[in-house]
Amino acid sequence: MLIPCPHCGERDYREFRYAGDASKARPPLGSTDIAAWHDYVFLFDNPKGGHREYWQHVLGCRRWLVLERDTATNVVGRSWWPSEGSPG
Amino acid sequence: MSRARRLGQGGYVDRSRPIRFTLDGRSYAGFAGDTLASALLACGVRIIGRSFKYHRPRGFLCAGAEEPNGLFTLGSGARTTPNTPGTMTELTEGLIAACQNGWPSVRFDLMSVLSLAAPIIGAGFYYKTFMGPRRRSWMFYEPFIRRAAGLGRAVHQRDPDRYETRHHHADVLVIGAGPAGISAARAAARTGARVLLCEQDFLVGGSLLGEGAGALEALRTEELAGLATLEVMTRTTAAGLYDSNTVVLVERRDHARPDPARGDAREILKIVQARAIVFATGAIERPLVFAGNDLPGVMLAGAVRCYLHRYAVLLGERIVVATTDDAAWQAATELAAAGAHVTLLDERAEVGGELLRRAAASAATVVLGAQVRAARGRRGVRGVRFVSPQYPSGHELPCDLLCMSGGWSPVLHLTSHTGIKPAYRADLDAFVPGGYAAGHFGAGALTGAASAAAALETGSAAGLRAAQHAGYGREASVPAAAPGVAVAPAAPARPRDAHWGKAFVDFQNDVTTRDVATAYTEGYESVEHLKRYTTLGMGTEQGKTSNVNALRQMAQLRGIDVPAAGTTTFRPPYTPVSIGALAGRNLGQHFRPVRRSPLHDWHLANGATMIEAGPWLRAWYYAWAGADAETAYVEEMRLVRSGVGLSDVSSLGKIDVQGPDAGEFLNRLYVNEFARLPVGKARYGVMLNDDATVLDDGTTARFGETRYFMTTTTAQAAEVMSRLEFLLQTAWTDLRVQVASVTDQWAGMAIAGPRARAALALALPGIDVSDAALPFMGCQEVDFAGVPLRILRLSFSGELAFELYVPSDCGTALWQHLLASAQGLGIRPYGLEALASLRIEKGHVAGLELDHRNTLDDLGLGKMARTSKPFVGRELRGRPELQAPERWSLVGLECQEPAARLRGGAILFAPADPIQGHGRGYITSVTWSTQLNRFIALGLYQGGLAHAGEEVLCAYPLRGELVRAKIVSPVFIDPAGERLRA
Repeated sequence: MLIPCPHCGERDYREFRYAGDASKARPPLGSTDIAAWHDYVFLFDNPKGGHREYWQHVLGCRRWLVLERDTATNVVGRSWWPSEGSPG
Repeated sequence: MSRARRLGQGGYVDRSRPIRFTLDGRSYAGFAGDTLASALLACGVRIIGRSFKYHRPRGFLCAGAEEPNGLFTLGSGARTTPNTPGTMTELTEGLIAACQNGWPSVRFDLMSVLSLAAPIIGAGFYYKTFMGPRRRSWMFYEPFIRRAAGLGRAVHQRDPDRYETRHHHADVLVIGAGPAGISAARAAARTGARVLLCEQDFLVGGSLLGEGAGALEALRTEELAGLATLEVMTRTTAAGLYDSNTVVLVERRDHARPDPARGDAREILKIVQARAIVFATGAIERPLVFAGNDLPGVMLAGAVRCYLHRYAVLLGERIVVATTDDAAWQAATELAAAGAHVTLLDERAEVGGELLRRAAASAATVVLGAQVRAARGRRGVRGVRFVSPQYPSGHELPCDLLCMSGGWSPVLHLTSHTGIKPAYRADLDAFVPGGYAAGHFGAGALTGAASAAAALETGSAAGLRAAQHAGYGREASVPAAAPGVAVAPAAPARPRDAHWGKAFVDFQNDVTTRDVATAYTEGYESVEHLKRYTTLGMGTEQGKTSNVNALRQMAQLRGIDVPAAGTTTFRPPYTPVSIGALAGRNLGQHFRPVRRSPLHDWHLANGATMIEAGPWLRAWYYAWAGADAETAYVEEMRLVRSGVGLSDVSSLGKIDVQGPDAGEFLNRLYVNEFARLPVGKARYGVMLNDDATVLDDGTTARFGETRYFMTTTTAQAAEVMSRLEFLLQTAWTDLRVQVASVTDQWAGMAIAGPRARAALALALPGIDVSDAALPFMGCQEVDFAGVPLRILRLSFSGELAFELYVPSDCGTALWQHLLASAQGLGIRPYGLEALASLRIEKGHVAGLELDHRNTLDDLGLGKMARTSKPFVGRELRGRPELQAPERWSLVGLECQEPAARLRGGAILFAPADPIQGHGRGYITSVTWSTQLNRFIALGLYQGGLAHAGEEVLCAYPLRGELVRAKIVSPVFIDPAGERLRA
């Protein structure tokens, strides 16, 4: 699997580590909305098909990125910086 | 011996380069270009194995990777490799080969008496027989059964050879270098795409090698070398296809006599990432199923043709060719042309006129509508019995070679690895890939192309499409799908009535038509059950020659058609892969690399015994203190409690945190206050996961307005680093903070004990280490002899202590300097065991307690949290379940029995509890306390310190121990902290 790192370009997935579901929004710092934290920390969908995931380029630039990946086929889509939001 | 002979000319063997080899200690010779199989056949060796169960004599059936019978053990000593098909073994000078599964020899095998017992050792025999009378019976019988049955044996010596792993990237990977593959690779490479062409054989050409003079030459393979973007890999098998167009190839390099001392690899595992893949994997011929079809001298027609043309070996003089399709007609006419007496038996009553014209022009005799019923002979075929319209009750022909062809099975293993089911094509009477994933293209015989011309045509179309998929040659127009190739429908090769003897479906596992029938009778109808019940297709060749024949018989028995019977699942690898190739260089130390402190060499040279701590090798204890850990750590603890000791803490994670918002960042991370930490001060902090379990603890020192130096536990260093990066890059992107791991840049050492300050004063003259200048939790960054030195006054042991950090390359110099300067104070090094024991006495939690399940409150650190400010984990920390008073929480335990000891992992029970189940808690850390003169421990106990003063039972069922202990505060020494503030 080749992962397009927005900084380093297309690299082998072994340079990255999978780092969790990126489809959920982290409640803002200091939010006391327990239900929102509960949802963010514990409740994950387990979709078969397209998914948005965090990957970290641990053996490269160490940047975190969001990657579109099909969980059934491992077909990789776009990637972007978490700070930039989805390109659409 | 057979009447096989090498022809005087032709073939792809070099008669000027004879090659000697041995089989079972006897010397033979072949030529360069031979396989072990072709050389043995040319030497007249016909029996090369005994069958798996019945010990029947066997000869070669095939000429390729699908060979089920001709398996050899190659090499000797530690280089012994079992179960290698002779048909795939390139002949090399001095090759040592041994036959398998024959005792005392394959020519005269005592075990063949098993054949007489055949009626009772049919399908399911082992399941039915060796299961009783008791449950453990199979374990008793199994070794004997394995010895009598089976294939080659592996050796137990260490493999002296070297194996490599490589990564390749390609635009187009073409698998198989037959006519289709070559033409695909050529078409793709001409567009400028980077093309890899892999071929399991040591020659390219595939089926063309067995087609006679001129067939391969017409393809002008020498031109391939001129294509700059094409790389051809021979001796390279595509073992498996995985997600994202990842293909694993295995290259074998035995022919080059790899020398591990020179760094040569014997096998190379190649992991290929390809944008597009062309499958040109060809087809495998199927045997006919009739009594005695396993006799030496009964072979696949295509294989016989390959031995004739590629190796110039004519395998018989009186040859019968039995077929259900057109392909074998070519073999018949060519064998006749080579001088053999040939009779062709075709099951079909009518065939095309062109076939008949060509046959008539040759010396071959043709019988139509002829069905073979049995091959005759004991140690080799001597005749064949068949029925035909002319001989309805049967007729026998003498022969010394029987060629058979029951149709062709496309090699669809790789495409099936992605989960695409094969589809049955009635016109071919065969399964083909049921479809292709995006970027996958099929060509040649895999797709049903029956002639070399069709293979070339489908190949170049597939190659061009693959290149276009990869972004090349978009302007070129791809020819429409190859025109339908006229294939004469094959007559389904039905298994014959087997009353004349055993008719084999799976040669390698000795599965006969009778076994398939038994499986059906006993209800094992599905192909997956059939496979497991009879072991059909479970040998090293994984049913390459047997699958379809078995399916067909089962379909017949069930009264359904072949596609309805389904197929078994194909899984990687296509052919067996050695463990060495899979391991590559990940052996020994390389399997799990260790990290070493900058002081590592000093430890080794000065009596340290090392121990693995996570990925690190750390000094466990030193010889000065005792001959073993049990005595040494106690001595080292005494030293620290009464004098001064020095310990290597370089493995602690160290993170440089810088930026205008660094203080705010730390304040959000740690549960306690960090925003107002002054320059020149350090603070102990705890950070939580989002779910409020403890992630890590450590100390962070502030050396400047915007500069902080964080330490983490050894175990969690990478995790914490990644977490900081996560928060900065995804959640708190507004913070102006940068973090960098500096674990390897700084050597760390702890100097601890009542005399620590005196020792430091001696070692660092001119630097004020007084309590006023460096109070508890104070820190300084100084220049010492031109080297930056960081001094932090903090304590893990509970004694007066300092941590010192210098750049790694100065670590040993500082360490030696400290030991030398403070020699008069009795300073000595202490190791990890004492370090860990000292912290238990002081009640400091460490990795054993920080297991990602415990909360701040569970560890007795709840008061640290400053809930008026937001920090990671604050919200979920308040969940009622985490605040329940009966949660297991941290306690100290004092052993109450002088003669007994506490043990880590012991389960805690209240005195009245029955000793069973998970108890009320467990012991996490244990040490002998030099201060209390007894075993003490830290543990987690239901309700925690609410039970202080009560007695508990520590059960250690593995040793049958039950020891009394008392629940006490986890801080065993100096609860007021007077020592560390001294």
